[in-house]
Amino acid sequence: MGPLAAGIGRLYGRRGWSVLAACAAILFLLFPLANLVLPKGSLFYISDYTIALTGKIMCYAIVAVAMDLIWGYTGILSLGHGLFFALGGYAMGMYLMRMIGREGQYQSELPDFMVFLDWKAYPWYWSFTDQFWYAALLVVLVPGVLAFVFGFFAFRSRIKGVYFSIITQALTFAFMLLFFRNDTGFGGNNGFTDFKRILGLPIATSETRMALFMLSGAVLIATLLAARFIVASKFGRVLTAIRDAESRVMFSGYNPVHYKLAIWTLSAVICGIAGALYVPQVGIINPSEMSPANSIEIAIWVAVGGRGSLVGAILGAGIVNFAKSWFTVAFPEYWLFFLGLLFILVTLYLPRGVVGAFDQVRRRWRERRPVPAARRSAA
Amino acid sequence: MNAAVIREGDSFGGGAAAGGRVLTPGVDVSHKTILYLEDISVSFDGFKALNRLSLDIDNGELRCIIGPNGAGKTTMMDVVTGKTRPDSGSVFFGQTIDVAKLTEAEIAHAGIGRKFQKPTVFEQHSVFENLELAMKTDKRVRASLTARLDSAQRDRIAETLDLIHLAGDADRAAGLLSHGQKQWLEIGMLLMQEPRLLLLDEPVAGMTDEETERTGELCKALAGKHSVIVVEHDMDFVAGIARKVTVLHEGSVLAEGSMGEVQNDERVIEVYLGR
Repeated sequence: MGPLAAGIGRLYGRRGWSVLAACAAILFLLFPLANLVLPKGSLFYISDYTIALTGKIMCYAIVAVAMDLIWGYTGILSLGHGLFFALGGYAMGMYLMRMIGREGQYQSELPDFMVFLDWKAYPWYWSFTDQFWYAALLVVLVPGVLAFVFGFFAFRSRIKGVYFSIITQALTFAFMLLFFRNDTGFGGNNGFTDFKRILGLPIATSETRMALFMLSGAVLIATLLAARFIVASKFGRVLTAIRDAESRVMFSGYNPVHYKLAIWTLSAVICGIAGALYVPQVGIINPSEMSPANSIEIAIWVAVGGRGSLVGAILGAGIVNFAKSWFTVAFPEYWLFFLGLLFILVTLYLPRGVVGAFDQVRRRWRERRPVPAARRSAA
Repeated sequence: MNAAVIREGDSFGGGAAAGGRVLTPGVDVSHKTILYLEDISVSFDGFKALNRLSLDIDNGELRCIIGPNGAGKTTMMDVVTGKTRPDSGSVFFGQTIDVAKLTEAEIAHAGIGRKFQKPTVFEQHSVFENLELAMKTDKRVRASLTARLDSAQRDRIAETLDLIHLAGDADRAAGLLSHGQKQWLEIGMLLMQEPRLLLLDEPVAGMTDEETERTGELCKALAGKHSVIVVEHDMDFVAGIARKVTVLHEGSVLAEGSMGEVQNDERVIEVYLGR
């Protein structure tokens, strides 16, 4: 593990690691203490609502990092990443539905929607979904295999740019229509909800919610570090090279199809995992998660935060979604206008997003101070 | 899947691979010829860009290819590097490598390097990283995830930086270089690939006189160790470096010989000056 640990140590500078450690302390110490230990009346008490909201947004942030890998670094704009997120969510949802047992409305072995459809047994693709390990496998495999097969044909046919984006948009739309059908066997437009238990634990208690919250935080940090490892490697430099001059990459002896396929599939799998963490926290999954607008919103998070920096993706997901949760309460009918305006303003005035603007301010500030004249030596 | 049949014998690099398929690099030049084009025809929407073009390049040769606009010079390079598939005819790299069966990446890995008309470098990467990415090594996905430069590789990059006069700019983003410097960087990237055959499409376009002269020196120095094909409009440049010149016209060879010979060839004069 020596060289690997050393490699991970190099991913961030001292300041970066300090910020990361501070975030981890807030997530894993401050939040649990303030939510579980402090009395409800206390000034510093953090409500279950805030925990649920933050946990949900961390799942979005994981998706944003996955999006940044494929869009920010590789230059492939996917407008269908919501699909992979939703598929991961559905895979987890199947397990959660099985865990309801006979506690549904109809007190049947089968989920309510199947009773309603007058089905007598689970369809074949529901087999083994009562096993957590199998559901966890599906969370990874379903988005992964779909992305691999789709990506294989798309990249091999050299579909690029806006054409690729449109096809991904069509893909998620097609799946949404498929999942809206009751006969597909995933609860139609109601999807899955009314979950009771996860791994034997009641799903709605503060403790279970806190566990899911902390798990989301851990996965977010792990995703960030893994993504950072990737973009700092030569593999990552090839991805950026594909973004900037694909033909030169090809004539340098790399096969761009393999590189794109690898990062595309990985990105989809990360989205699937995020979806699986999301569903038990929000307590519902339905086909609206596959709507084209949701996937477009993912791209907006990354654009707002700043493409090609990873941290920017997380910031963007946080800023947009906290704004959304506040806005949809305060001025529910204006949210979409605000989102549209935000996107236009960012495109016009912050082409490199919040992170880019921050960099610019910092550079100006530095330029005002005298800089030692010593030149950086060649690497 | 196209497994290239490559004969052992010519020692060239290690057992590296391109595009996930393992090739044993090694170009068979036992007949002194490194590139054979035979009866190549390419047409775009009825326009014959190449018309039964046949051309041989000797191992270690420096060949200049000239011709008026639309003569098929760039299309010929596209065919050799796999960007365009010929409608008919065959392209062999050495005695055994059938270029038509390989992808662009595999052709590059087999040892054909190409400089584009418009300099194409990775603008967001530093000059150093540009050379690192081009360097001949295992270019498969998994290898590049864990790749680290060893000291021999760093030395090779440093040597190339000196050769292309960019040692002082190693850490600069390639996008910040001047046009001429980008041309040089691209040539440097080609050299990092350790190609057997270099295709240079207008290597001195946009260069100052001094840079042009240095590029000419470089081309001459490269020949011998590599085979070099230069496509150029700049006649002074061609006259300065050429040993053998091929004139293309309407997709096939019009004349071939020394610069003096082709300049006095009546058909060439006709094509260039009109009747």
